[in-house]
Amino acid sequence: MLAFAGVRLGGAARAVCLVLAGLTLAGCGINTIPTLDEQAKAAWSEVLNQFQRRADLIPNLVETVKGFAEQESKVLTEVVEARSKATQVQIPPDILTNKEAFENFQNAQSNLSGALGRLLVVVERYPDLKSNQNFLALQSQLEGTENRIAIARRDYIVAVKDYNTELRTIPGRWWRALLYPDAEPMQNFSVSEETTKVPEVKF
Amino acid sequence: MASMASCNMASCNRALRIPLLALVVASGLALLPASAEPTFPALTGRVVDDAGLLSPEDRQALSAELEALEAKSSDQLVVVTLPSLQDYAIEDFGYQLGRHWGLGTAKLDNGVLLIVAPNERKVRIEVGYGLEPILTDALTRIIIENAILPRFREGNFPGGIKDGVRDIALALTGDAAELEARARARHDADEPAIDWFTIIFWTIIILWVAYSLYSSTGTVSSSGRSRGRSSASSGGSSWSSGGGSSGGFSGGGGSFGGGGSSGSW
Repeated sequence: MLAFAGVRLGGAARAVCLVLAGLTLAGCGINTIPTLDEQAKAAWSEVLNQFQRRADLIPNLVETVKGFAEQESKVLTEVVEARSKATQVQIPPDILTNKEAFENFQNAQSNLSGALGRLLVVVERYPDLKSNQNFLALQSQLEGTENRIAIARRDYIVAVKDYNTELRTIPGRWWRALLYPDAEPMQNFSVSEETTKVPEVKF
Repeated sequence: MASMASCNMASCNRALRIPLLALVVASGLALLPASAEPTFPALTGRVVDDAGLLSPEDRQALSAELEALEAKSSDQLVVVTLPSLQDYAIEDFGYQLGRHWGLGTAKLDNGVLLIVAPNERKVRIEVGYGLEPILTDALTRIIIENAILPRFREGNFPGGIKDGVRDIALALTGDAAELEARARARHDADEPAIDWFTIIFWTIIILWVAYSLYSSTGTVSSSGRSRGRSSASSGGSSWSSGGGSSGGFSGGGGSFGGGGSSGSW
């Protein structure tokens, strides 16, 4: 029944070929592209989630710092403005495939990281503020959020890499041409993690 | 009986042996994961003391405590001491180790890792996704600063670890109602999800192979083309899922997202 280049196979060899064919096809089947697409979208949601979490921490942080360092109004205003720019940036539904929108988003977030970094450097000069319980709690939350952002970015990068690779390699290409003509490669983070990371301030 | 174009079984198999072998090797290699991660220690139990900070009695006592915690709340708290962080930041190492061991159940993600790296002088409480609302960053920071670091600064590692575990367990079991909810959810989470599609698919394939073997008498019944196989199986994930552990301690498949906090002395 199963012929292989005109040569008939014995029963056992047939069975082995079948199992192998199944094994290799199982990983690159018809469902792979949608599955990887959903995984990448989920990873992106997590990234957005963590950036939002950071944005939520900032008003509290600004108030606490104001209580001790009113005169640092320049840095504080910078942070507040960067935050509002970052939260107002447009996130269109096709952001993952739209290079411009994605880069806008990235730049807004890295500006906010920069402003936050400068604020933390300024805070160094105020020992009362540094030892304030409220501030310490906020600082640990901020560090935790930056850590989560870094991890969410990494997970997203891996998910997008898998998806883009599937679109470019055989047999993904064929499935895409056949069934998923709308599938586009997704954007990835281009700004290095170091520049978006808020510098750690040691106390 | 044998038509002119056919070959007998022996010569067919010989000719196919090499390409078949290549196919076997290729599929085997395709299943291996690429590794660009640190080398993780083996999960030998609830206390993995690779840096040798604890005595056997301490390890025993801690393991018992951690086992009791898991029985009560389904949370998996593991203590690990590492001789080296392999040039990774403890935050980077922590979440990857947590994911590698899969602490906590897959549904609840309720794993916690207490990592001590005495040579780099770093400690971290790594909290799984599910426990982040309870073991918040601020709370874990307080535990590290108040319970763990003072002892570590004196050189009292067993004391610091024990106090840290005590405080973490306290935080996890603090709210009775939440505790019960997690314990209940654990029994639901223990039921493995059954991938019906894949089971039925492979049953059909196996039955077909068995049928064709049984009824194979050497007659030509194919038109010479090999059957196209449009596999609609649900991805390769079912092949790589691990079997259950045979009596030892193992993670329940939970994941980590970077919650918790670190300290150094």
